[in-house]
Amino acid sequence: MSETTSKAGERILLENITKRYPGQSTPAVDDITIEFPAGEIIMLVGPSGCGKTTTMKMINRLIEPTSGRILIGDEDVTDADPDQLRRRIGYVIQGAGLFPHFTVGDNIALVPRMLKWDKQRVTDRVDELLDLVGLDPDEYRDRYPRELSGGQQQRVGVARALAADPPVLLMDEPFGAVDPITRQRLQDELLRLQEELRKTIVFVTHDFDEAVKLGDRIAILQTGSQVVQYDTPEQILANPADEFVEGFVGRGAALKQLTLTRVRDIELHEAAVAHVGDDPHEAIAGARAIDREHVIVLDRNERPLRWMSLRELGRPGALQNVRRDSELESVSLGSTLNDALDEMLTSSHGVVVVTGRRNTYQGVVRVETVMEAMQDIQSAAAEAATVDTAGDPQA
Amino acid sequence: MTAVSDFFTFVAERWSVLSFLAYQHLSLVVQTLILATVLAIVVGVVASRTRWGANAAQAFSAIGLTVPSYALLGLLVGIVSIGVLPSVIALVFFGFLPILRNVVVGLNGVDPALIESARGMGMSRFSTLVRLELPLAWPVIMTGVRVSAQMLMGIAAIAAYALGPGLGGYIFSGISRMGGANATNAIVAGTVGILILAVILDVALNLLTRFTTSKGISRV
Repeated sequence: MSETTSKAGERILLENITKRYPGQSTPAVDDITIEFPAGEIIMLVGPSGCGKTTTMKMINRLIEPTSGRILIGDEDVTDADPDQLRRRIGYVIQGAGLFPHFTVGDNIALVPRMLKWDKQRVTDRVDELLDLVGLDPDEYRDRYPRELSGGQQQRVGVARALAADPPVLLMDEPFGAVDPITRQRLQDELLRLQEELRKTIVFVTHDFDEAVKLGDRIAILQTGSQVVQYDTPEQILANPADEFVEGFVGRGAALKQLTLTRVRDIELHEAAVAHVGDDPHEAIAGARAIDREHVIVLDRNERPLRWMSLRELGRPGALQNVRRDSELESVSLGSTLNDALDEMLTSSHGVVVVTGRRNTYQGVVRVETVMEAMQDIQSAAAEAATVDTAGDPQA
Repeated sequence: MTAVSDFFTFVAERWSVLSFLAYQHLSLVVQTLILATVLAIVVGVVASRTRWGANAAQAFSAIGLTVPSYALLGLLVGIVSIGVLPSVIALVFFGFLPILRNVVVGLNGVDPALIESARGMGMSRFSTLVRLELPLAWPVIMTGVRVSAQMLMGIAAIAAYALGPGLGGYIFSGISRMGGANATNAIVAGTVGILILAVILDVALNLLTRFTTSKGISRV
C-alpha cells in the first residue's frame, strides 16, 4: 500500500461569469463572482434550473461562458485548450459514467494514458486508487462495470476522476442515483478521502442535508445562479440570509444540527478487540475483564472484519481465517450522528463501529451517546430560542 | 430417386466450375460488403451529428430499399454498360442501406451522459467517437452488416443479369433453357450453392461480432 503524496487543491475563482443561451431573454448564469478556497468542499445548492450545474460546467468549460474570467490557482484558464484543461480536473457525474466496454482498470487508466504515463506507473496507480476507494484491486481490476453494484460503480467513478491526481474535482450530483444507505456510505468515504487528499471539490446537489454533511462551505443559488448565501453550514443553519434560504433549510433546523455533529466530536467507546491470529482465550478474557459479550475482530491492517460472540470465540481456531462481514455496520469519523443513528437501527448490537483513515478501527458509538448528544443540542437550541424572544421586545 | 442421383451426378461432373463460381460469388459479396460497411460508417457518423441528418439517413435507407434490384441493374447497365462494374455498384448500394440505418441507430443509442463524461475527462471529439461511440454502437452496426450480407447473397445472383460473376449465371442459364437437358439441375445447383454460402458467411460474421465486441457489453 503505497501512500504517495498527492497534489493538494488549488483555489478556483469565477469572475463576473455570465452564460447567455441564444434565443433566451434571461441569462442562465447572471454575472456570478465567487471564489472556492483551495482544499475545501464547496457545495452548490439550489432548486432545479437555478444554474448550479451550468456554473460548475463552466469551470471545466463543458459549457463556455459568454463573458467573464475563470482562474484556477493563479492561472487564467478562460482561453486554455479545453481538452488539456479537463485532464487536470477530475469530473464525476451521476451514475459514474463508466465506459461499459472498458474494464474497471481501463476506466481508471483513461486520463493517465491520455497524459502518456508509462505502463508501470499506470498499473501502479490503478491499484493504488482501487485500494483508496476500498475495492480490492485483484478482485475488481479486470471486471466490467456492469458486474458492479451502483455504489461500487460510483467508487470507481471517483477513483477515475482522481487518477491523474488533479487539484480540482467537480462532482455533479454524484450520489443521486444510489439508495440512501449506499449514498450515506459514499458520502462518508468522500469525507475520509478528502481528509487525506485536500482537493478543491465543487459539488452540485439539490439535497440540502447532503450539502450540510459534506460542505466546508455552501453556496445557495437562486435562478440565474445568483448567490443568495455563501457560508459555512453552521452559519447558514444558524442565520439563514432570507426567506428563500429559510425555506431551503426547512423546518427543524435545530434537529438538523444532528447532521452537523460529527462522530469525531463525541467520545468514542472502547469495545473488546481481537486480531486475526490472536489467541482466542486471551480475547475472551480481555472481553470479560471489561464486561463485554462481543468482540470486534480486526485484520492485520487494523480494519474491522466482524463481530464475534464469546461463544463463537470459544470454538477451536476461532481467530484463524476470519471472514469479512460485508454487512458490518460502520461509520467514519466524518460521519454525522444522524448516520450513526441510522446504522444502529439496522445493527443488532446497539453499537456501530467507527473507522478512520483507510478503514482502520477507531472505536464504537453507542445509542446512549447519540441520545445524550441529541439532548444537548435540543436544550442548547431551546436556550437560544428563549434568548431570542427575550431580546426582541415585539415578541 | 433418379432425379436426386441425377442431380448429384450433375454437381459432381461440374464441381470445379461450380466451386469456382461459388468462390466468385462469395468474393463479390464480401468485397462489396466491406466497401458498403466503410461507406455506411463514414456517412452514418457525419449524418448522426445532427438530428436532421440522422432523420434524413433513416428515410434514405427506408426508401432506397424499396428500389427493385432488377430495375437498378437495368439502369446501371444503360449508364456504365455490361460487366462487373454495374453489379458492384448495385451491391454496394443495397448493402449500404441497412448498415447506414444501424450506424445511425447505434450511435444515437449511446448514452449522452457517457459522451459528456468522456469530454469532461479531456477526450477529443474524434477520440470520443473512435474509443467510445463506435465501440458501443458496434454490435448494432454488425447486426446491420449481417442483414446486408444475407440480402447481397440474393442480389448478387440477380446481378448475373448484368454479367457479373457468381452462381447467378447458372440460375439464369437454367431459366433460359427451361425444359431442356439439365435446366432444373442448373437452377437448383445455383440456388443451393447460394444458400450454403449465405449460411457460411452468417456464421463467420457472427463469430467476428463476438470477437470484436467487448465482453463488457456483449449479451451473454
